[in-house]
Amino acid sequence: MFDFSIVTNWFNNLLTGCMPEWAAILVECVVIGVLILLTYTVLALFYILYERKLCAWFQCRLGPMRVGKWGLLQVFADMFKILIKELISLKGTDRFLFKLAPYIIITSSVTMLACLPWGNGLQIIDYNIGIFFILAVSSVGVLGILLAGWSSNNKYTLIGAMRSGAQMVSYELSLGISLISIVVFAGTMNISELVAEQESAWFLFRGHIPAIIAFIIYVIAATAETNRGPFDLPEAEHELIAGYHTEYSGIHFGFFYLAEYLNLFIVSGIASLMFLGGWMPFHVPGWDGFNAVMNYIPGPIWFLAKAFFISFVIIWFKWTFPRVRIDQMLSFEWKYLMPFSLANLVLMAVCVAFGWHF
Amino acid sequence: MNLLLDISNGDLAITAVLTGIGLVFAALLIARLISPKSYSVKKSEPYECGIPTRGESMIQFKAGYYIFAILFLIFDVETVFLYPWAVVTRDLGANGLYCIAIFMFILILGLAYAWRKGALKWK
Repeated sequence: MFDFSIVTNWFNNLLTGCMPEWAAILVECVVIGVLILLTYTVLALFYILYERKLCAWFQCRLGPMRVGKWGLLQVFADMFKILIKELISLKGTDRFLFKLAPYIIITSSVTMLACLPWGNGLQIIDYNIGIFFILAVSSVGVLGILLAGWSSNNKYTLIGAMRSGAQMVSYELSLGISLISIVVFAGTMNISELVAEQESAWFLFRGHIPAIIAFIIYVIAATAETNRGPFDLPEAEHELIAGYHTEYSGIHFGFFYLAEYLNLFIVSGIASLMFLGGWMPFHVPGWDGFNAVMNYIPGPIWFLAKAFFISFVIIWFKWTFPRVRIDQMLSFEWKYLMPFSLANLVLMAVCVAFGWHF
Repeated sequence: MNLLLDISNGDLAITAVLTGIGLVFAALLIARLISPKSYSVKKSEPYECGIPTRGESMIQFKAGYYIFAILFLIFDVETVFLYPWAVVTRDLGANGLYCIAIFMFILILGLAYAWRKGALKWK
């Protein structure tokens, strides 16, 4: 497997060779910032097109076709259109909080994006409590949504924000607990170590039944966590206009839009890293020729392919299931998902403690 | 295995946060430069559902959400406590499992109590 730290080391040596250390670090930070920004924008644009095309195909339509080949340039047109829309300032809003909310939402999703390793050595933030850090940052995003709904001086946004708050904090629990069961199995919270552990086989296969249950719970909770699919109550069009971002216009609305798609990528990325082996290729024990061919595919492509697959499943949910009611959604979490995930955690812990895993 | 080896994680996290702030700031700046501006009294009304809005919107809100928030608090703190245990489960073996079983039993008891009391019912 190619180690990207060779490239970054070379870059580091190049910089420290021609400037003092603090300047080198500053330049590296700026380069990292630009890289994050580019990745963020490109991923967001890709996801908007991905969702629109998939949605169209699920409904037997073609989707955007006019702008560019197969509508590939549609997203650029959309983004430009959103940029040139007027930013309307409203009467009666809490101005400071109204403007603060997009900052919080975007910052939390950018920070989460920076935590995901894309390949061997190709990652930015690498805490030894990586997965915990991601969950902590993701719960800051809820704050942005709550502030957006509260400060808009609109009853629908307030209801949307409260629903979103209740939903995101509730589903965060089973999300966290299903990830804990993988941490129990792996014995580390560092994401790159977690991926390195999966070299022989992905956790989904190595962990057998508890890991598969944890994966299913994770995907359901992640769907709710990103306010998507059957759980898109905070922005249910038929009831709440557009939910918590009704009063935002122009690029202000664009930020919520971007963050929503990036959060979709991030939850899929975490699923890919924790359950499907991240950048590790697919191996079948005993098939040496097949494994050698799989090794030729670079790590980032494996990571992205797995993440896009999980996103595909989540988008599939959205266009298949009808929206649930708020009481159904909360009782589903607290009466089914949460006890199940706790029981699954106990099962996983028993398997690991007594060495019953295979 | 950092992208650039000499930088501490804290600095990188700050870089990421500043990137996020920079992204929002730059996009807003561009939008302000190229977007049209016009003013009218009607436009600055809250959109809501199309008809003029009535009364105050920043009000005290339904207590149904409040009970779930309290329950969340309990279980979120529990998750924080579970993480350190999760890392060392394999080393602690059966003994650690018995200890954490008591902790989890108390919590599940709490959930069962809240369930029994009807806190999970949407009123």
